[in-house]
Amino acid sequence: MQTTFTSLDGILALLPSLPGRLAPIQETLITNLIMLGEIPSPTFEEEARIKLFLQRLVECGLPDVSGDEAGNGVGIIPGRNPDRNILLVAHADSVYTDKTDHSLSVLSDEIIGPGVADNALGLAVLATLPSLFEMLGLQLDANLVLLSSSKGLGRGNLDGLRFFMENNILPMEAGICVEGAQLGRLSYSAEGMFRGYINCRIPEDLGWQRAGQNSAIIALNDVINRILEIPIPRRPRTSIVLGAIRGGKSYNIMATQSSLRFEVRSESAGQVQAIRERVEDIVAHATSTHNAQFEFSVVSSRDPGGIDVGHPLVKSCRRIMECLELETEIRPSMSEVSELIARGLPAVTLGITEASNLHDLDETIRIKPIYTGLAQLLAVLFAIDGGLCNEPE
Amino acid sequence: MNLNEWIHSNTIHHSQFWDLKKLVEEKQRQGLKISLCLPTLNEEKTIGKEIVMFKSELVDRYPLLDEIAVIDSGSTDRTRDIAATFGADVYLSADILPQYGEKKGKGENLWKAVYQLTGDIIVYVDADIKNIHPRFAYGLVAPLIYRPEVHYVKAFYDRPLAFSQGVRPSGGGRVTEILVRPLFSLFFPDLTGLVQPLSGEYAVRREVLDKIPFPIGYGVETSHLIDVYEKWGMEAIAQVDLDQRVHRNQETRALGKMAFGILRAFLVRAEALGVIGKLPELSTFLRQFQVSNANFEQIAYEIVEEERPPMIELPEYREKFGVAL
Repeated sequence: MQTTFTSLDGILALLPSLPGRLAPIQETLITNLIMLGEIPSPTFEEEARIKLFLQRLVECGLPDVSGDEAGNGVGIIPGRNPDRNILLVAHADSVYTDKTDHSLSVLSDEIIGPGVADNALGLAVLATLPSLFEMLGLQLDANLVLLSSSKGLGRGNLDGLRFFMENNILPMEAGICVEGAQLGRLSYSAEGMFRGYINCRIPEDLGWQRAGQNSAIIALNDVINRILEIPIPRRPRTSIVLGAIRGGKSYNIMATQSSLRFEVRSESAGQVQAIRERVEDIVAHATSTHNAQFEFSVVSSRDPGGIDVGHPLVKSCRRIMECLELETEIRPSMSEVSELIARGLPAVTLGITEASNLHDLDETIRIKPIYTGLAQLLAVLFAIDGGLCNEPE
Repeated sequence: MNLNEWIHSNTIHHSQFWDLKKLVEEKQRQGLKISLCLPTLNEEKTIGKEIVMFKSELVDRYPLLDEIAVIDSGSTDRTRDIAATFGADVYLSADILPQYGEKKGKGENLWKAVYQLTGDIIVYVDADIKNIHPRFAYGLVAPLIYRPEVHYVKAFYDRPLAFSQGVRPSGGGRVTEILVRPLFSLFFPDLTGLVQPLSGEYAVRREVLDKIPFPIGYGVETSHLIDVYEKWGMEAIAQVDLDQRVHRNQETRALGKMAFGILRAFLVRAEALGVIGKLPELSTFLRQFQVSNANFEQIAYEIVEEERPPMIELPEYREKFGVAL
């Protein structure tokens, strides 16, 4: 199979037949998906899943396979030119605890189970690429660096990827973040963001006589109302998402503890900072009025940024997706791509298949579109490898 | 060999067989053919996963299995569709040897597999395993490949999730510990060496499978063990620890039916072998209680433990495989 292309048209000509040629990899891919996806991998506890990922790469005969101090797993599919590298990233963590039943069900047209799309499938694709290259007899010019990153979600704050980017010695030309869902997504910019955690405690010694007058729920409710009063501009686009709230024990017991998790996003770094300062003021005010102890912490944050819509990598991705008749959904991302772009590496996030019930226990992916997703990924790799995604000097 | 020696030498952990490349080389050197049989009845949730995994790992990556077959008892869900989608050979039990009629039960499927499948070794794996892994097949087949004196390999599952002291109880499920182990202790003490005699996963050589009868219902595992023990001795039996197996949990009442079927099959065997004296005619009805509006009612379930003869007694089988009685 041809792997060296001097124009995107050559790659596009190959595309219509590509999904069909990828179908024989089905058993290997689904097996990797089951094996990886059925290992619980909550953020900070990805070790077992990443260990299996590395084991699968070793079984494929990859020469450079290793883990690092941050718990990431890395393997390299060697190219012809040892000086060139393309980075492929899939985060190994999922939003489910190890108490969740991680069994997947494989039906004839879909696969169901917690985390199957986000991101067991992304990781399984990376684990399957060596077999896919072997099946098609492919070798690229650049090395393909397959990174299964740890600590990606929530409080993990992309720490695994950040460690890798800070300490990695290989010069990278471009990055692709692989997500199970959704096929057609294209992310090449990041919004500014911070995730905040507010914890409220009322001293235990407030007796039952005062129940109703004060409680951690009432105090937190006041904070929430004030956060909702913060003016949000339409431009630059900004949002506050109140994600989760916890507090109290039962019907008739005064709540002594409550907490709020929320996220602020904006295209403007200044807006993100301004809202953060407002929240700090609100919390300080509530501490004095409610005789409560408030703690406000920022658990993760990102700076806004992105590559230009006219960047050759973005343009190549869009043309490849059009050729595969995918409806391109362009959206900013909070995930791995933001970290790569912030470090000056041209990068995009691509989805592999159609999915539904995301982050529910019956998260579902469709099997057939996976081959279109894989064809898209290979085509983008060919384009990067052929130097077709570099910005003009 | 005394029982302790047997437990020591014939109880094996699957991790001993991690080197699949070596296992496949030895299999090829001996020219063996291996068939995997998955008996099914409405297993759409798990069957696809099992087939995909065995095919990817034990057919494509390491060519250990020559045949993956589903023998279905007439599922009304998508079991057969899904199995065919992922490339298994799918058979309806009723279509195999139709001249001998159709009986309902897992043992019927296992028996018909002996005729339908072509392997020198058949490995049976239940289709309801949630945490399926290639070890469920290679772990059972490996002792047969490496040790010619072993004919029948049974799975057991023992992986403590957390245990701090040096000694802990181990064994089978409720029916094993309450019924089968006491029966074996009384009448076939050697067979108490099996940790989980009722497990549904085992690999067997054809020359053993075609010479033993198959109860079609719950009694098939118990009866196989007794027959293999009587004909070939404990040396022919081995057991492999496959770590943890996750499957559906059964209610106590359902286990009552299972125990009834096993007990019937056991008594018939014990009588035939002269281990116990002549039995009166045994009832086929199990009676359980239910309460409706404070009235206690009995429900009678008929549990018939019919038996299929050794396959070698069928002329069709002898012709297909070129063997004589």
